[in-house]
Amino acid sequence: MSATEAATAPLGQPIRRKEDQRFLTGSGQFTDDVSLANQTYAYFLRSPHAHATIRGIDTSRAAQASGVVAVYTGADLQGVNGLPCGWLITGTDGKPMNEPPHPVLAQGKVRYVGDPVALVIAESAHEAKDAAELIDIDYELLPAVTHVEDALKSGAPQLHEPAPGNRCYTWAIGDKGAADAAFAQAAHVTKLDIVNNRLVPNAIEPRAAVAAYNKAEDSYTLYVANQNPHVERLLMTAFVLGLPEHKVRVIAPDVGGGFGSKIYLYPEETAMVWASKRVGRPIKWAAERSEAFLADAHGRDHVTHAELALDRDGKFLALKVQTTANMGAYLSTFASCIPTILYATLLAGQYTTPAIWCEVTAVFTNTAPVDAYRGAGRPEATYVVERIVHQAAHEMGIPQDEIRRRNFIRSFPYQTPVALLYDTGDYDATLDEAMELADVKGFEMRKAEAKSRGKLRGIGYASYIEACGIAPSNIAGALGARAGLFEAGEVRVNPTGSVTVFTGSHSHGQGHETTFAQVVATRLGIPFENVDVVHGDTGRIPFGMGTYGSRSLAVGGTAIMKAVDKIVAKGKKIAAHLLEAAESDIEFKDGKFTVAGTDRSKAFGEIALAAYVPHNYPLATLEPGLDETAFYDPTNFTFPAGTHICEVEVDPDTGAVKVVSFSACDDFGNIVNPMIVEGQVHGGVAQGLGQALLEHCVYDRETGQLLSGSLMDYALPRADDVPAFKVGTKVTPCTHNPLGVKGCGEAGAIGAPAAMMNAVMDALAAAGVKHLDMPASPHRVWQALHAARA
Amino acid sequence: MPVPLSLTVNGKAVRADVDPRTLLVEFLRRNLGLTGAHVGCDTAQCGACTVLVDGRAVKSCNVLAVQLPGASVTTIEGIAGRDGQLHPMQAAFKECHGLQCGFCTTGMVMSALDLVQRHPNPDEQTIREELEGNLCRCTGYHNIVKAVRQGAAAMAK
Repeated sequence: MSATEAATAPLGQPIRRKEDQRFLTGSGQFTDDVSLANQTYAYFLRSPHAHATIRGIDTSRAAQASGVVAVYTGADLQGVNGLPCGWLITGTDGKPMNEPPHPVLAQGKVRYVGDPVALVIAESAHEAKDAAELIDIDYELLPAVTHVEDALKSGAPQLHEPAPGNRCYTWAIGDKGAADAAFAQAAHVTKLDIVNNRLVPNAIEPRAAVAAYNKAEDSYTLYVANQNPHVERLLMTAFVLGLPEHKVRVIAPDVGGGFGSKIYLYPEETAMVWASKRVGRPIKWAAERSEAFLADAHGRDHVTHAELALDRDGKFLALKVQTTANMGAYLSTFASCIPTILYATLLAGQYTTPAIWCEVTAVFTNTAPVDAYRGAGRPEATYVVERIVHQAAHEMGIPQDEIRRRNFIRSFPYQTPVALLYDTGDYDATLDEAMELADVKGFEMRKAEAKSRGKLRGIGYASYIEACGIAPSNIAGALGARAGLFEAGEVRVNPTGSVTVFTGSHSHGQGHETTFAQVVATRLGIPFENVDVVHGDTGRIPFGMGTYGSRSLAVGGTAIMKAVDKIVAKGKKIAAHLLEAAESDIEFKDGKFTVAGTDRSKAFGEIALAAYVPHNYPLATLEPGLDETAFYDPTNFTFPAGTHICEVEVDPDTGAVKVVSFSACDDFGNIVNPMIVEGQVHGGVAQGLGQALLEHCVYDRETGQLLSGSLMDYALPRADDVPAFKVGTKVTPCTHNPLGVKGCGEAGAIGAPAAMMNAVMDALAAAGVKHLDMPASPHRVWQALHAARA
Repeated sequence: MPVPLSLTVNGKAVRADVDPRTLLVEFLRRNLGLTGAHVGCDTAQCGACTVLVDGRAVKSCNVLAVQLPGASVTTIEGIAGRDGQLHPMQAAFKECHGLQCGFCTTGMVMSALDLVQRHPNPDEQTIREELEGNLCRCTGYHNIVKAVRQGAAAMAK
């Protein structure tokens, strides 16, 4: 369907995206495409060591080098605070988490390979990089620790004085006593030790920034590849640089993928804003891919022990989980809440497990900071739950779908034992549909056929749930959030009746310019083409919290809806005046304000014009203009859920795992644009496939050197690693937002790793393999097969 | 010491004095303001910078501008019609939702054009193998593969 055909009722239609024209013609404007007159170029010299004391830095030779404008080190940043963490976790000991300083440029010590030490500003990027080689740094090497288990050992190298034992916190949720009691009654206990492998987000656009200072206005403009420009500005001005917020404009233009990694306030752009005033010229920086590997916030990196208690029918009685989570060298912006609030609260999954207890210890290591990466805590939770459910079913001889069905939650609202209140869902429906898509009935035949070729086939399920639409601010605040998590939307009706929407959400691939326009056009009954969406510029949009946690439509879209409601309410007042009727008699439908029961009406455009050319207008009682802003704070999380089923074929001779098919049935609530939703699922599943089969961020356990530091060492999924996907949806509308939407951005990355690993485990079970961690690379699979044979 | 260089970019003659270490992608982006070719990596892995040089797909981050005297370079900015009408391959990417953030997209389209020259009627497996040199982190490739098939079919008409 073309956009024009769908224009009359665009909600729910696969309308082609507004943003595509500029991206397809090379006229998108990404941060590195921004060039300002007289700009200079930045290069960050980073620590080559995982852990060292800086005894001295000599920048004199670099400062004299060709083209160099300035060289700054940590010593120059007097009065600049460290980067803050946005979420305070209170430990089981009742004490706040240990929060060591996170300097913008290293202060006396470096704590991971890639830790920024100096900023070189030069006339060209080449000259800045060349000059950085002339900086002499006298490092005294210290022993490094990269693995969480090593970091907790007595005698381990210590990263921060304020974090004894390298501990950030130990935190727990749930009723341990109830769980222990249930285990004592269990007919069967399944135990699982698993690692959730560390990942590097790898948005294809590396981070970039352009910072400029305007002396006449004493103001700053920062272009930055970022998912939440207002949050970036607030953190940078109020917490780090001490600048007045209104004197800094942050613009996140087209952003080439985020996946969480561009949420955070990073040292680089902070140092650049600071330096832009000192050098008096714009400064531009674009990270190289190597820097992205070294210094973007990484994801996952959990080590977990889990135990599931079941009765003899396979009903879950209790779940106990102990996780050690790697924070990296410093606390990134939201690092502390990922393995706690966004992880342990999801351990009920889709099941009625009555008692759940989870304890999480967060640990500092000499590695890059770890923070939210697509799914953020929820893939880790799903991985624990669905791997242990798979194993329990295998041990007890219960079919994989059957054990899930025996434990599904079917009555809503449902209060889990780990804080969340699920509002709605239909887990049987998504499981049934996924099994249809996956042709589960034909699996045994396909398995036999594969066996005749010497191949091992396996099938794996993951019935996941996620908490999205982040978040009710009061609940988040009670859990330690240091920010609100509402969203803002402004709907500006122009005098001729077209509409410009300003949103605090940020699109970096999600297609908000299209989806949000569909919502507004439908509600106002005006052509889709007459609605444009503006985002990503603190100078234009109201204060909003940005895009992450699959929140944009559920929270940002609702804010826009509420602003539209205000527009309609005001429009009715104007129409009542023009039509000489009572306001209560005015109905608004299909873009027309009508006196109920009559044919007297005013079109939306006529009302808009009257609001801005108020010659005949109730000026005594009503302000002119038609421009409304709304802030929306959600009353609950949303709970997208579904079942993903993966079928793999393993070549026992090479250990290679081929994903033969991948079927996903998801319940995202109501869907505004099914084309975009499917695309989100595809992308998420591919990232999940990456985690399960290919991607692995590895530090040398002794030296702390990053071994997987380029796209030649770190296996990002390529087109021929990935199958075509089968995607279906079921709908139970969210009960607490007016659009009935739940969010779809992370589901693929949440369900896929568990489904894929369960498929691999299923394939390898016949060969006697009992344990395998991600990624199921050929090397690991081959080793596991040979170990099992021996 | 700058070196004189003349070549053709999107059908127009270009003359410039360039620093010998200037990469083609830097020359296009900085000297000519053609920012459609993107830099996504430093190891010639991601393909976001792909352009056509004398009709063949080349990763413009992996070749020096001075290596290409007299060459004819086509970038994403040079393939749509003069009236702004999208090239059939561009149109297919839009129609099939073969792009999300748009960063890898320009390189994908240029690679697809090269692919279609060699495989006018490519099947799914051929497309997946041929796109090995172009990374996308958003789409899972599903709709890119669809788009390339559809674009190839449209180009054959």
